[in-house]
Amino acid sequence: MNKPSEVVIVGAGIVGAACAFELAAEGLRVLVIDEGFPSTGATGAAMGHIVVMDDSEAQFAITRYSQILWDDLCDQLPAAVEFDPCGTLWVAADEEEMAEVRRKFDYYRERGVNAEILDSQQVRDAEPRLRAPLTGALRVPGDSVVYPPCATGFLLQKARELGARIIHGRPVAAIGAGTVRLADGTVLAAAFIINAAGQSAPQLSRGISIKPRKGHLVITDRYPNFLRHQVVELGYLKSAHSLTADSVAFNVQPRKTGQILIGSSRQYGAQNSTVDESILARMLQRAFEYMPDLNSLSAIRVWTGFRPATPDKLPLIGPSPEDPSVLVAAGHEGLGITTSLATAKLICAQILGQRPAIPVQPYLPSRQMTAEAHV
Amino acid sequence: MDSVKHLRFDVAVVGAGPAGIAAALAAADSGKTVGLIDDNPAAGGQIWRGAQNVQRHSVSAVWLERLNKSAIQLVRGARVFHAADGELAAESDDSAIQISYGKLILATGARELYLPFPGWTLPNVMGAGGLQALVKSGLDIAGKRIVVAGTGPLLLAVAAYARKCGAKVVGICEQTTRPRMARFGMKMMLVPGKAAEALHFAYELRGIPHWTDCWPVAAFGNRRLESVRISRQGQTSEIECDYLACGFHLIPNVELPRMCGCQLKNGFVDVNEYQQTSVAGTYCAGEPTGIGGLELALVEGEIAGYAATNWEDRAKHLFPKRARYQTVVRILKAAFPLRPELKNLARPDTLVCRCEDVSHERLCEYTSWRAAKLHTRCGMGPCQGRVCAPAAEFLFGWQIDSVRPPLYPVRCSSLAAIPSHSVPRN
Ligand SMILES: Cc1cc2nc3c(=O)[nH]c(=O)nc-3n(C[C@H](O)[C@H](O)[C@H](O)COP(=O)(O)OP(=O)(O)OC[C@H]3O[C@@H](n4cnc5c(N)ncnc54)[C@H](O)[C@@H]3O)c2cc1C
Ligand SMILES: Cc1cc2nc3c(=O)[nH]c(=O)nc-3n(C[C@H](O)[C@H](O)[C@H](O)COP(=O)(O)OP(=O)(O)OC[C@H]3O[C@@H](n4cnc5c(N)ncnc54)[C@H](O)[C@@H]3O)c2cc1C
Repeated sequence: MNKPSEVVIVGAGIVGAACAFELAAEGLRVLVIDEGFPSTGATGAAMGHIVVMDDSEAQFAITRYSQILWDDLCDQLPAAVEFDPCGTLWVAADEEEMAEVRRKFDYYRERGVNAEILDSQQVRDAEPRLRAPLTGALRVPGDSVVYPPCATGFLLQKARELGARIIHGRPVAAIGAGTVRLADGTVLAAAFIINAAGQSAPQLSRGISIKPRKGHLVITDRYPNFLRHQVVELGYLKSAHSLTADSVAFNVQPRKTGQILIGSSRQYGAQNSTVDESILARMLQRAFEYMPDLNSLSAIRVWTGFRPATPDKLPLIGPSPEDPSVLVAAGHEGLGITTSLATAKLICAQILGQRPAIPVQPYLPSRQMTAEAHV
Repeated sequence: MDSVKHLRFDVAVVGAGPAGIAAALAAADSGKTVGLIDDNPAAGGQIWRGAQNVQRHSVSAVWLERLNKSAIQLVRGARVFHAADGELAAESDDSAIQISYGKLILATGARELYLPFPGWTLPNVMGAGGLQALVKSGLDIAGKRIVVAGTGPLLLAVAAYARKCGAKVVGICEQTTRPRMARFGMKMMLVPGKAAEALHFAYELRGIPHWTDCWPVAAFGNRRLESVRISRQGQTSEIECDYLACGFHLIPNVELPRMCGCQLKNGFVDVNEYQQTSVAGTYCAGEPTGIGGLELALVEGEIAGYAATNWEDRAKHLFPKRARYQTVVRILKAAFPLRPELKNLARPDTLVCRCEDVSHERLCEYTSWRAAKLHTRCGMGPCQGRVCAPAAEFLFGWQIDSVRPPLYPVRCSSLAAIPSHSVPRN
């Protein structure tokens, strides 16, 4: 290898790729190493919804910041990334969920996010395939959709053009104290090491906790104009909040290809990537309840993926508790496609000692140590 | 919402080609309930499809007649798309079907390998078996000029069939070498019944040029095929034609066996002498265990049918017969290896995946099927790589990975009706 790298990034998922682009753009010599190929992990299984979320202020801050970054980038994205500013439609099935629509509306408006409340009739006009009557919906027009593997490919390509190197098919065995040791015995030195190994990050950095959270997705054949927005039920919030029970929710996405991606399920404790027929059936039944016409569409493939989940549902971005020469950028759960870009900005700011655009405290890995101390 | 049907058989046979028919009949001898499931409207498989109206005493007529007279329940037009925990899920035009069984026999047959070359996606360039199937279902080829190209005895069968249907077969392009072809002819003479078959073909194909060391290099045409350029013993020439029927090897349909957990060996389902797979109670017969032709498929099917109904004696009786036909597998393998030149036919802009329009050039950037698939969408279309994955395997040497449900595109409602078990399986 030629000149030593200043930064070694372990993991070429979307988070590692975004960090590579950002750091290379700052003029740093970057090397990315992945044990598989780019997007082997969660990134290759994801839906690619770029979405602003408001579970907590910190979640809002990082998703909103990221969404703006995606919008800034959208003119440069090649067609293969399938960027589609389709917006999100959060649908309410009852008055309780409608109250949530209004709360969410106020929350977004106060923070400058464009949103619009739809009544029952307007929901029908917006998405004629939804069952009638639904109580209403919140439309968030600024959300969008990408194809994650090609978005990752694009970020890596940009990084490469700026001098970064990418090697794949080489597992990293250990990192720390300024060195990266590969499984084949090669040892590399680096001023900074970024642990962007997704679900596997805790194996390389002790003291952090990430658990896989399994999800199923179904992709259909092409049905152009079947769907206009990414449509998500608000009941999703109730189910996604649960940290233990298996849950399903109605969550459908129009792809630029005309295909429909149907989600979603969340399971803890499932380690095996095989399709679980009972959760698949529940997930589809839920989707048919909201959009009955889905049941006659042709499904061409089903797959599963694992979201890298932290206990407080916020990503880990910053120095590793056990070794400050290692920066962790992992644990993005079901939002890593969205939050990859802001993660890269926060990592870059920490390396360069700059002031980040949003406060970094809520994402620092050291919070997990404190949380544990409180238990 | 579609209805969901439940069926239960002592022995379920998937695939009603020769192997499946023979297996079902042998199993039915025991008096057990037998279900024979096939995705086509009629039984017969690749070779006997549409054979209902052939001569009364032909081999196919005899077998199909036996099937009609038996107590076997033929589940037609039903495609098995999922298998787990001793149950199958299938889909027909109007319902989802859950099938449970005591024993399972997989006789899923084979499909054709398509190799990409410039022009291969033009209308009227098709698979050799594909053309045959279209003619059987009504395509009129009388007076049409046809070039048959590829490798192996399937070319002869298709050429003979096309001629019988009134087409003018301009030539047969066989990619293997002349010495290999000659050795093949000699060896097949020693296999029972094959000498007569060879003479029959020789007669039916009299006067049609049969070129060895010959393969298609490119196909041309404005809106549809007008001519094909062939390479023949190092020279290229152009032939005008209306159809180009290409047959480069058969690919065993091992996806369902794999989903059932059956182990493979060199790309084929690994079976013991009773045709039992690595999964107890699950058997496999016909092309998925080795490409060996009709007679082998029949005898393997019978052995599987007897073995699945605990009739080992009867199965054993058939071992010597099977051994005779197994030599065909070896003879075919030795005679028709695909030549490396075929890997270089595709130009940078030649499509490899026609569902998603992925060119050869774009695939060249990747080192594995999965990486290529994720980043180029190759194999992500409705055919789910059934066509392009075997081509990519041949062109790039890639291992084709996981099988996932559904094995074929199915309605979402059928997917939601897959039998599921309350016990979590991890
Ligand atoms: C079903 C599903 C749907 C989703 N939908 C969305 C969505 O709509 N919107 C959204 O924003 N997010 C979504 N996500 C979440 C998103 O996919 C993840 O948060 C994101 O992909 C995480 O990216 P990552 O780069 O951290 O991890 P990964 O993509 O898993 O990348 C980690 C990489 O590290 C490599 N690696 C691991 N260990 C080593 C080692 N020791 N040596 C070398 N390399 C190593 C791996 O090979 C892998 O390539 C979804 C996830 C799932 C499962
Ligand atoms: C395209 C083609 C054309 C051929 N033409 C000739 C010829 O002209 N002359 C000749 O001698 N030999 C021909 N052969 C070879 C011949 O088919 C074999 O030698 C032999 O007869 C195979 O018998 P089989 O029962 O193993 O398979 P097949 O005859 O292929 O039968 C398998 C059956 O299983 C069905 N099936 C597969 N998967 C499923 C599923 N998941 N659910 C439901 N049903 C399923 C298939 O549709 C098919 O009907 C051809 C083969 C192919 C592939």
